[in-house]
This record gives sequence, structure tokens and C-alpha cells, in this order.
Amino acid sequence: MRTLVEIRNLSKVYSRGQQKLEVLHHIDLDIGASDFVALMGPSGSGKTTLLNLIGGLDSPTDGTIAVGGEHIERLGEDALAKWRAANVGFVFQFYNLLPMLTARRNVELPLLLTRLSAAERRRKAAIALELVSLTERAEHKPSELSGGQQQRVAIARAIVSDPQLLVCDEPTGDLDRQSAVEVLTLMQDLNRDHGKTIVMVTHDPKAAEFAHRTLHLDKGTLVDSPEQSAA
Amino acid sequence: MKYLHLIWAALLRRKARTVFTILSVLTAFLLFGLLDTVRTAFNNVGGNVSGADRLVTVSKISFTMALPMSLNTRIQAVPGVAAVSYANWFGGQYQDGRDFFPSQAVAKNFFDLYPEWQMPAAQRKAFRDTRTGAVVGENLAKRMGWKIGDKIPLQATIFPQKGGSNTWVFDLVGIYHVSNPEQRGNENNFWFNYDYFDEARQFGQGSVGRYAIKLTDPKQATAVEQAIDALSADSDHETKTETEQAFTAALVGQFADIGLIVGSIMGAVFFTLVLLTGNTMAQAVRERIPELAVLKTIGFSRRSVLTLVLAEAVLLLAIGASIGLFLAGIAAAAVQTQIGTQLVLPPVGATEWLRGLALAAVIGIIVGFLPARRGMRLRIVDALSGR
Repeated sequence: MRTLVEIRNLSKVYSRGQQKLEVLHHIDLDIGASDFVALMGPSGSGKTTLLNLIGGLDSPTDGTIAVGGEHIERLGEDALAKWRAANVGFVFQFYNLLPMLTARRNVELPLLLTRLSAAERRRKAAIALELVSLTERAEHKPSELSGGQQQRVAIARAIVSDPQLLVCDEPTGDLDRQSAVEVLTLMQDLNRDHGKTIVMVTHDPKAAEFAHRTLHLDKGTLVDSPEQSAA
Repeated sequence: MKYLHLIWAALLRRKARTVFTILSVLTAFLLFGLLDTVRTAFNNVGGNVSGADRLVTVSKISFTMALPMSLNTRIQAVPGVAAVSYANWFGGQYQDGRDFFPSQAVAKNFFDLYPEWQMPAAQRKAFRDTRTGAVVGENLAKRMGWKIGDKIPLQATIFPQKGGSNTWVFDLVGIYHVSNPEQRGNENNFWFNYDYFDEARQFGQGSVGRYAIKLTDPKQATAVEQAIDALSADSDHETKTETEQAFTAALVGQFADIGLIVGSIMGAVFFTLVLLTGNTMAQAVRERIPELAVLKTIGFSRRSVLTLVLAEAVLLLAIGASIGLFLAGIAAAAVQTQIGTQLVLPPVGATEWLRGLALAAVIGIIVGFLPARRGMRLRIVDALSGR
């Protein structure tokens, strides 16, 4: 399997006044293209920080992150924004849809950054909504959708510009079991049928079972198993 | 344009707040449009371009002081003077005096100096030939319901007749029209024959209030002004000669500095507007920090976020300003109906619209800048985690 994400000696330190808080310590990690990785660990272990760094939402204090060969730790803020638009789809725990826009308009958002015509944007959004089985809810606003449906809209938004990498932060954390299974199955389909590489942070071992493999983080370090982290 | 629905959605997020903000903006621009027409109207009083070749000579002490009639022929002899006429304030009242209009006694040739006031030749001749003849502007005639041939009695407030009567009766022989809408205030005047006035008045014979002078060449105005004033230098009736525009503007300026008043009011209004809309925009953006963070997450650049918020502020101001200026046009017409032609309010035209919309854009940028900068600078990970 070709390596898509290559992380070497990655560290992240937050400064709060005089105090330094090292959240990630010298992480080395490879994630292959079309892999589906679950990141687990106790609260404060650095899961979301690692996910943000992989998704280009934050910059490391030390070390390197190469995604598809691009060293994103070297990119400035605007270049990073452009890179995210082209290469990464994001799914959040609380969906983060824009409440005043319909499902279709929300899905079209990433396409506004492209040169596509309005008709082409509309067509691509329709395809993405069809993939998540929400065609008939396209003109509904988020407040008119269930949590599971909102998360599927968020997934449609994440995939509409056809990125290679999806980063998902607790995508089922706000859903009931049935909706969670639907969302995870959808992610599994995207991984299996469309070759999307997925990195998912979760607290839920059942959600992690949908991934190919599970990585455990504890106190900013990758450990082999949860037992090791407990020890 | 592809971002318009995003901007629009942001404005409609809190409909009541947006409506109230637009109401305050439109009120400010309604005032702006209305006061600007008033200011322009006062400026226009002294801005008759067709009068650029006319001078006015009045007493140097005060324009209420009389000048001797003997100056008439001496002014006529000054090089560069094409024609001389004269007028005297009468200040009569019609009926109960509530509906005021200016009334003046003028020389028979007075209307020759005002070719832009359109009046049939027969009526011009009738004014010359009729001792008690009077001429009025079209608006005044309409307002009073007068027509040619009417006898119009005016009550003197300054000049009684020799017999002691205050009632002067005039025959309406002419009605003139001013085609330039900005100068139509001149249609509110009542003019009558000076000879009749001078013969019949109880005192002041042989004097006039002002001279009107037509120049052969407007470029010679300064030289002619100096030459005319030199005629009366060191006498008991020294004169001050200036262009008609300068004279009228100075006359208006004696009432008040309209520009200063309008500027002060608008300054206060717009200062309040900046604080109000600035607070609204800051609040609106603060509420939407997570949404702006999402936009940045999916790839919107710092500049895009800055532009979106600035555009939102400018659009808010532009909507309010457009409605306000539109209403100002309606309000100006309504005010015009109320005040008649005492002062001609120009319509809220392209200049006012351009100025108003430019002002709205500037205010939009001012009030939107700080919230936009906040949106531009936000750190995605902090904003998404609610920090």
C-alpha cells in the first residue's frame, strides 16, 4: 500500500503564559492510501491535536508531516488553506453545517473555491448528496434534519471536491447507535468503494471496529495497545 | 457574485436585528438625502449661472439703505455696462399676510435684464405701458389663483401712500415662467411698476434699494464693480457692487450657515450610525466565529473571510442607504408641496445617490473592518473548540 501520510518526529507544544504543555511527543506514523485508521485514547491524549495536524488545521512545533509527498508543515496559512481545499475533507462531531444554508448549499461550499460554474457545482453537490442517500433532503436546512442526516450532509460536503483524505473528529459522538452505524457504514463504503483514506478520532471501540486498524495515543505518544496505555 | 448567497444568509441569520439595523441606517440616509437637498437648494439660490453677467449694487452700509436715483445714469456711463435697472423692496402683504411672497417695485426695463424669465412680448409691453401694472411668476399665480387682468391689493408694511392709505392695488399684466427647475424659486416673486410706487409713496422719492447691472462681458465684472463703487466713494451713499450670485449667496448666508448646520447634524447622525452598526456587526461576527472557522477549515483564505464580512457590512449599509435615499426623494417632494416655491428643493438625483452610496460603502468598511479582521485572524482549532 502506498503511503499517503508520513509523520516523522512530530511534536506539538502549547504555551499558556509561562507554562509549556507538550501535547504530542516525537510521533512517527505512516498511513497508507485507502487506509481507514481509528485514533483512540483517553481525553487529553492528543488525538484531536494529531488529527488537526494531519488535516493541516494546525502547525507542528517540531517534526514533519508529508501528505501525498507535500510537506505541509512548511506551508504558510494561505497556502495551507488552498492545500486543505484540494486535498482534505473534514467531518466534525457536531456537523458544523451553516444553519442558514440548505443541505445542497452546504455541500456546495468547498466548490465555491473552484472555478466550476454554478450548474456544475449544483451537479456535483447532487451526486455527493446521492452518495449519502439524501437527495430528497437537498433543499432542507440543517434544523430540519436529524443528527444522522446532518452528519451525512457533512460527509457529502467533505467528499464533494473529491479529496484523497478524510479526517473525522468523533463523527458519531453526537449520534444514537443506529445513526452512528449508518454513518460509519457510509464511511466504510467511501473507504472501500471510493478509495478514500480516513483518519477518525473516536472514543467508541465499536466505531473503531469499522476501521482497518486502531492506533492508541496516550499522553502524546503512540502506544501499541490500550493495555499499554493503562499500564 | 457566487458568494452573495453566503453574505445574504449571514444577514438573514437574525432577521429582527438586521431589520432594526436597516431601519436605523435608512433613517440616517433619509435625513442625509433630505438635508442635502436643502443645502443644495440654498446653494442654488445664489448659483444662477444665467446671472453670471449681472451685477448688483447696494449701499455699502446695509442693503436696506436707499441709494439715490441719480446713480442710474452715472452707472449707465461706466464702460462695460450694457444696461442698468433698479428695484426697491416693498414688502407688501396679501390678504391676512399668512401666505408671504416677496414684492418689489422695479424699473420698466427690469425684465430686459432677465431674458431667462419667459414672458410673452405683449405682456412685457403691457408692464411698460401700465402704470399700476404688476408681473408675477407662474408658481405664485397658480398658488394664489391669479390670472391676467386681476386686480391685486397689497397692504404696505413700510410704504404707505401719500393719502395715508396702506392699500396698493395693482393690475396683473404679466406672468413669467422659469424653465430651469433649480431657479424656479424666482417664480414666487411679485414685481410692479416703480414709477407708480415712487409717485404714490409717502416718503423716499427718488431713491432705490438696489441697482441691477447687465455687463457687456462677464470677464470685466471685477473692473466694472470697482468703477461703479468709485462713483460714490467718500460720499454719504457709498456702494458695494458684486455679482448677483455673490449678492444672493451673502443674503442667504445672513440667515444661517446652512452648510455648517447640515454638516453638523449629519456628522452627529453618522457618528451614531457608525457606533450602532459597528456594534451590530461585532455581535453578528462574534456569534458566527465557529461558522467562519468552518469556512477556513474547508479552504477559505484569510482574505476571503475578510472580504465576506466586509461585504456583509457594506451590503447592510447599502440596503439601508438605498431605501433611505428613495424615501428622501419622496419626502423632499412632500416637503416641497408644503413649503411651496419659497425654496426649490432639487430632486434627490444621481449626485446624491452616488454620494450617499459612496458614504454607505465607506461606513460599511469602517464598521466591518474590526469584526472582519477578527474573522480573518481566528485560529481554526481555537474557534472550533470554542476557545
